[in-house]
Amino acid sequence: MRPADRGELDSLYFDYSVFPFRRAPELDGSEVCHPVIIAGAGPVGLIAALALAQQGIASVVLERKNTVNDGSRAICVSRYSFETLQQLGAVAPFLAKGLGWTKGRCYYRDQLIYRLEMPHSEHERFLPMYNIQQQFIEQYLIDKAAAYPDLIDLRWQSAVLDVHNESDGVALSIGTPEGDYTLRGQYLLAADGARSTVRELLGLRLQGDNLPGNYVIADVRMLHDFPTERRSFFESSGNPDATVLVHRQPDNIWRVDWQILPQDDPQEAVREETVRKRVQAILEMIGHSGEWELEWWSIYTANTLCLEDYRHGRVFFIGDSAHIVPIFGVRGLNNGIADAVNAAWKLAYVLKGCAADTLLDSYSPERRGATLDVFRNAGKSSRFMTPPTRGYALMRKAVLELALTEEFTRPFADPRQVQPYTYQQSLLTTADVDGALFNAGPAPGAALLNHRLGEDDYLLDHIGTGFTVLHFSDQNALSEDIANLFAALREFDPQLEILRINVTPYDGSEDGRVLVGTAGNIRAGYDGVDGSLYLVRPDRHVAGRWKSADAGQVIAAMQRVLGGA
Amino acid sequence: MTVKNTLEFVELEQVYDLLAQAIDKVGKDNEALFLGKLCITLAHRVGELDSVKDSIRIAAKQF
Ligand SMILES: Cc1cc2nc3c(=O)[nH]c(=O)nc-3n(C[C@H](O)[C@H](O)[C@H](O)COP(=O)(O)OP(=O)(O)OC[C@H]3O[C@@H](n4cnc5c(N)ncnc54)[C@H](O)[C@@H]3O)c2cc1C
Repeated sequence: MRPADRGELDSLYFDYSVFPFRRAPELDGSEVCHPVIIAGAGPVGLIAALALAQQGIASVVLERKNTVNDGSRAICVSRYSFETLQQLGAVAPFLAKGLGWTKGRCYYRDQLIYRLEMPHSEHERFLPMYNIQQQFIEQYLIDKAAAYPDLIDLRWQSAVLDVHNESDGVALSIGTPEGDYTLRGQYLLAADGARSTVRELLGLRLQGDNLPGNYVIADVRMLHDFPTERRSFFESSGNPDATVLVHRQPDNIWRVDWQILPQDDPQEAVREETVRKRVQAILEMIGHSGEWELEWWSIYTANTLCLEDYRHGRVFFIGDSAHIVPIFGVRGLNNGIADAVNAAWKLAYVLKGCAADTLLDSYSPERRGATLDVFRNAGKSSRFMTPPTRGYALMRKAVLELALTEEFTRPFADPRQVQPYTYQQSLLTTADVDGALFNAGPAPGAALLNHRLGEDDYLLDHIGTGFTVLHFSDQNALSEDIANLFAALREFDPQLEILRINVTPYDGSEDGRVLVGTAGNIRAGYDGVDGSLYLVRPDRHVAGRWKSADAGQVIAAMQRVLGGA
Repeated sequence: MTVKNTLEFVELEQVYDLLAQAIDKVGKDNEALFLGKLCITLAHRVGELDSVKDSIRIAAKQF
């Protein structure tokens, strides 16, 4: 919502582009069957289109609206998502605009009780978190999509009205200002958000819980001198009965969230006057006495809801259409981005004939597993942010009061921010072989860890768009076995990127690029010795690793991912 | 469950008095909060999850 004297898109800091409707060929009789159709041009649908385009797969993206979302929604983008944006070649504007942060502060009755420090080291290119308004996120992704005019067909003012999920493809009916048409495709990615039309048309329902507690989210513009940190306040003078969160965003915009109590009337809570009063009290509490302007506000409910299966035949649900999670761990958008990437590379490999259809079966278990993991964490933080019963309220007060003087209860105030999920249990993942255990490095199923190699040079800068092999070696020349293994892996994936982590500088390599291992001590970070190998999926997750690589085992691991094709 | 380290009865008698006096001192309105704080502090110090869980079970038996 916006203040009464301003229009819906009348923002204090963001200029909304209006995207024109372009007449679709289907309105004039075209009956092309598109490889992939994406419903919804929110951040998640756009990431999917970019990830597909990077693999050379064309998609049609359908968006009902003619612009990006009307207010700021998600603001916290994680390091893992930034690494994804880097891999998509899209990170530059996000880095230029976003405000990075590593720290947070938690206050109880206006007294500092906990200092949050998110994991960070010299080996990371990106900070643990960046704040950036969702309008910019969408805008930058739309700009990037324009770099693929032949592969991304973004159709504004085109609403999905009906879906037929058939055994050999999907048929959608699309409503536009110039009439309806039928659009055919091999696969549909439903990225049409929390109120997904596709989900409803297929008769599917989200399942789970509505957690108690509503939040009002308000964005204000003010000149306020405080570092980019997450601040949370319990029983503060600005809102004695409930929790408050404060985040800094680019362009002097500040996000203020406060909880409204179960007995409060939500309609009253979002009345402009009520919002202004509460904001004023909170700003006084954080020591801001100057001017401020109200930009936008909204109400938000904490839910843990998801679909039982994220795949239905040729339809894949990604982002909010598949799951709705509480905001406290900032996982809504970050998890949606990971869904999009996971679905996109799998579809691309199947469409290119590099993988069997069975690869697609792994999408739902992997990503639903990630959602359930979020629920477990979010459940804990929601119970703390919004105690559901008298017992929880009492115990929260107990640990917060103790935290004023005692160290041991302070970690209760930790917001449990998003962590990348490990596909340890996935059928695609090959577990470590007994007796050859690594003492460091990403475990099977985990995402690659970044590693500093030199000045402005990090491991993740070098990984490919397809599978990547990290091979550790003491010899410059490749043994025949390993050369044959690389050749065999290339048969599976022509895009394979081979990164050789050698002891000594070496050039003239025909098989893969050589990174000098000793420079950044990457061997220690990955516990790699002469002959060790990591096989990495296109989404940067480790498919398998071997202390001393055996060609047969590595090929078996690749086959496990790509199936019988 | 068997508990390794318990207080001597004379020590427990002291605790009994101290608790009674502390409950009176914090007053009726703060009694639950005080006991919550006490329990989580004790649990932290006991350092044995099973023993704490069992204690919660014992204390909740009659309710
Ligand atoms: C008020 C609010 C505040 C939020 N705050 C946070 C936050 O602080 N942190 C956080 O991490 N997350 C937050 N979220 C969640 C976050 O915004 C979402 O997780 C994220 O937007 C999900 O992206 P998406 O692309 O899946 O869905 P959306 O962003 O919802 O995009 C879906 C798109 O599909 C389009 N669409 C819908 N139906 C059709 C149709 N039938 N045909 C064609 N197009 C269609 C919509 O117009 C929309 O553009 C918030 C959400 C809301 C609503």
